Amino acid sequence: MVRFENVGLRYGLGPEILRDLSFQIPAHSFQFLTGPSGAGKTSLLRLLFLSLRPTRGLVNLFGQDVSLLGKDEVAGLRKRIGIVLQDFRLLDHMTTYENVALPFRVMGRDESSYRREVIDLLKWVGLGERMDALPPILSGGEKQRAAIARAVISRPHLLLADEPTGNVDPTLGRRLLRLFIELNKSGTAVIIATHDITLMDQYDARRLVLHQGRLHVYE
Amino acid sequence: MSMNEAKERHGVLMDLGQERPQVPVRARNMSPIVPRASISGRALVAVVAIMTFLASMTTGVVFLVSASAAEWQSDVASEITIQVRPVTGRDLDRDVASVVQVMRAQPGIVDVRPYTKEESGKLLEPWLGTGLSLDELPIPRVIVARVSPGTALDLADLRRRAVAVAPSTSVDDHRAWIDRMRSMTGATVFAGIGILVLVIVATIISVSFATRGAMAANRPIVEVLHFVGAGDRYIANRFLRHFLRLGFEGGAIGCVAAMLVFGFSESIANWFSGTPVGDQFAALLGTFSLRPVGYLALVLQTVVIAAITAWASRRTLFATLDDID
Repeated sequence: MVRFENVGLRYGLGPEILRDLSFQIPAHSFQFLTGPSGAGKTSLLRLLFLSLRPTRGLVNLFGQDVSLLGKDEVAGLRKRIGIVLQDFRLLDHMTTYENVALPFRVMGRDESSYRREVIDLLKWVGLGERMDALPPILSGGEKQRAAIARAVISRPHLLLADEPTGNVDPTLGRRLLRLFIELNKSGTAVIIATHDITLMDQYDARRLVLHQGRLHVYE
Repeated sequence: MSMNEAKERHGVLMDLGQERPQVPVRARNMSPIVPRASISGRALVAVVAIMTFLASMTTGVVFLVSASAAEWQSDVASEITIQVRPVTGRDLDRDVASVVQVMRAQPGIVDVRPYTKEESGKLLEPWLGTGLSLDELPIPRVIVARVSPGTALDLADLRRRAVAVAPSTSVDDHRAWIDRMRSMTGATVFAGIGILVLVIVATIISVSFATRGAMAANRPIVEVLHFVGAGDRYIANRFLRHFLRLGFEGGAIGCVAAMLVFGFSESIANWFSGTPVGDQFAALLGTFSLRPVGYLALVLQTVVIAAITAWASRRTLFATLDDID
């Protein structure tokens, strides 16, 4: 599903922050991406999400060389990827329901065709009563869950989550981990970037460890 | 994902959160993806309205000048003026009568009116004043002939025949004056087009700045739309709707204001009638009233300005989207 070969990344003329990354993310797999702060986890997730292009090496996503993709093709591929960012990126003028339904809306689907689905998912992540609330009045944990719901609602083939449990208490963190596990069981490849050892200890999964710009894979 | 599929997939997660009362599944009014308030539209509407007003006034005045000039030209072109100058040794009255006969015999000339000596003298009064004895002055006699519209007179032949009966005759079909009129009208139209081009360029620049500002203000929205897989075309269309509406709003305001000016201009012109300025304008433009085709042109022009607004906005949108990812 994802293949990196000798990928390097630098910002501008700065030093190379990711070096010689070569790894694969098989379909239906589950992995944690970890490493110290500043190791380049978020940059790697951005490479996987195509919001950054590598300065060298080959990135192959869903069988396509990303260096050859045009903007429209990138947008098409992103519909198959769900992403949860550390800062949630919810739209403040839209309700929780509308934020979660956004991927469907962008696909051009009629609201009645996904209404039930969105409401069910919101209830499952504990936001059943916050559907009509605007993000500025949601707590950090609620925003986190809304962002996760938006990322998984369209059943992506690949889910990227950047510190998805960083703003929630341990109990809710465990619940969210279970959500990712269930999503993975239904066929989505999951990459969770975290440096929360407790979270990683709760599930036996592949670990990708970034250290000094290089990636070490522990199966 | 159907409801059953969803339950199948997420069923194990039903313990997430507390049990909630059922929320009715109902149609929801979806907020616009790009909030209207995030685009500072009022200034843009004002700019487009002012530009459309200026463009409409320019076009309207060009129409008025062209129409008046065409009217003068058709009046003047349907008339020829013959002058018979007094020459020593010739009977002026007889010469005038001979020329009148030649004119009346000419096909295409429908009316010939010779001015009497007194009438010819009166024509000079504005320059020479009253109370002068005109008997001493060699005043030429004027004959005005009306040509039926659409007739192409052989003026050289007519001139030759008039000179044959009265050698001091000159025939003037006002061609030089009409040529001057034509060049003046052409210059007015040219200046009008120049102003229109400037107005359109200024509109494009204003709209581009407004679009760039709106995109900068809504950058987080654009980024999120990229995250959920929206293409540039989808995002641009969300913004374009706003700008198209703003363009039409501004255009309509400017156009209606210009139409009101032309619509009420006759009443306004009446207030100034009798004053030197009013008379000068009346002489140049006739009445201010625009013909229906003029109003139609104003409406079409407004549509064009709104379309240009949308085009300029779209161009800027795509250029800006390339920078945001």
